[in-house]
Amino acid sequence: MTGYILVFISAILVNNIVFAQFLGICPFLGVSNKVSTSVGMGAAVLFVMTLATTVTHILYKAVLTKLHIEFMQTVAYILVIAALVQMVEIILKKVSRPLYQALGVFLPLITTNCAVLGVAILVTQKNYELLQSVVYTIATALGFFLALVIFAGIRERLELYEIPEAMKGAPIALVTAGLLALAFMGFTGLIAVPW
Amino acid sequence: MSDKKKKLESTFLNMFVVLLAISLVSALAIGFTYTKTKPAADAIKQENFEKAIKQVVPEFDKLGEKKEVDECVLYTAYKGEEVAGTAVETVSHKGFGGDVQLLVGFDAEGKIHNTAVLSIKETPGLGSNMTNPKFKDQVNGKDPAEFKLSVKKDGGDVDAITAATISSRAFLDAVGKAVEAYKKGSN
Amino acid sequence: MRVWNEFIKGFIKENPTFVLLLGMCPTLGTTTSAINGMSMGLAATVVLICSNAVISLLKNVIPDKVRIPGFIVVIASFVTVVDLSMQAYLPDLYETLGLFIPLIVVNCIILGRAEAFASKNGVLLSIADGLGIGLGFTMSLTILGSVREILGNGSVFGFQFIPENIDKVLLFIMPPGAFIALGFLIALVNHIKNRKAA
Repeated sequence: MTGYILVFISAILVNNIVFAQFLGICPFLGVSNKVSTSVGMGAAVLFVMTLATTVTHILYKAVLTKLHIEFMQTVAYILVIAALVQMVEIILKKVSRPLYQALGVFLPLITTNCAVLGVAILVTQKNYELLQSVVYTIATALGFFLALVIFAGIRERLELYEIPEAMKGAPIALVTAGLLALAFMGFTGLIAVPW
Repeated sequence: MSDKKKKLESTFLNMFVVLLAISLVSALAIGFTYTKTKPAADAIKQENFEKAIKQVVPEFDKLGEKKEVDECVLYTAYKGEEVAGTAVETVSHKGFGGDVQLLVGFDAEGKIHNTAVLSIKETPGLGSNMTNPKFKDQVNGKDPAEFKLSVKKDGGDVDAITAATISSRAFLDAVGKAVEAYKKGSN
Repeated sequence: MRVWNEFIKGFIKENPTFVLLLGMCPTLGTTTSAINGMSMGLAATVVLICSNAVISLLKNVIPDKVRIPGFIVVIASFVTVVDLSMQAYLPDLYETLGLFIPLIVVNCIILGRAEAFASKNGVLLSIADGLGIGLGFTMSLTILGSVREILGNGSVFGFQFIPENIDKVLLFIMPPGAFIALGFLIALVNHIKNRKAA
């Protein structure tokens, strides 16, 4: 049990997906102008990422390894993710209007979010059990959520300040992200991950 | 410049057939590449592994069975009938942003003979300092019973890589695990 | 001459990294040294040229509604081919770039060019576009990699010109340095653009 808690903390703070692993940078920079949209994006990623890792994990163990075609991994995973995103979109539209309105616009962006594919491949590389993969994925997605919301909060404030012309937009956002990454580096070596 | 020809319509049959055809061709192409590159990839892996084993264990002429202990894998090396040494494949999860995989060799008396880095999944570039002999050779010839496998900052006997304490700790963590596995495995 | 124009636009006018801000993950993740950045860029360029060529050939055969899944399969196949080949023939490089090779699949530059260019233009133009954008991407990654390697390690392309015993700004090889270095490089590009406009 402590193992799971440690992995949880590690994936959120120590090996944060955005600041230490450089995955999911595009949505991190693209959808972080407002805290409210960043919350929507974070929730959509959490949902899709957990679902995707579960399905790809089962697919890998039940189909790819059985047929000895592990090398089809990349193609198989991206198709699963693309199909899942479409399905989630269609189901959400039918089942829950408000939820669809909240998350819908972010869903198409998620197919090309490298964090989703990245985590699915990472989990396979680390050879996790199903439960371990799900816990790791949820923690990683929460790490993304945290990074995104903190960043959006800072950017909302940045809007109010006078910034040199050339630094406006992406440059100041990147430098801010760099300082945040520096802050997160303070967590390195905090805990030892058991698996 | 654009073609005047009309696009195929999006009927169910069209969509199904086209996607199926693309997937088939793609699967064929990948399968072909896989069978072509597999021997080369395996050969390189095998070669690197053999090179690493030769580097970490005293001279030997054949490898014994491998034995798994916890997260480590033990390979015993023989010279004639005598045990020449043991190579232990070990891993640390404490690296900066990823795992660090090492091969640690012990001589017949249980002293550390040499180490080799198998793979570093750390943030690219950072861990490369780990292969610097000035750092990693510090553990060579040491008896794990008398030598503290941690950096000086943590009260051990090893000088850390300048400004890369985390990589240094991950390296020593992996070596420490190998020592544990070696003790367990040789009893 | 149209071919030349499509080729050259990727370097400055539509530079994917400094101007369009696409493909940020490999840009930040692999540029710890000039050579790593350049290799990543070249791997992506190979995939981009091949996928642009094939998608341009198939543009009239793929029904509109399944366009994106079709493109993704084509791109993923080329990525896997590059992945397997690198594993076999360039194992050291493969080890360094690691996860970012399979992740070329979700690099927005590649799907972006397929959708915005290759699906609307002829084969020759699409190849020129892929080559230009790809080399533009490679150029940006090499520049960023060089800057980080010089500041963080005192070397460029492995050539050490600041002695090892002098402390370097190691921060620049670490993750935060990637963000900060890229931020200032884009600011520099913006500054030059603003000057020209003024």
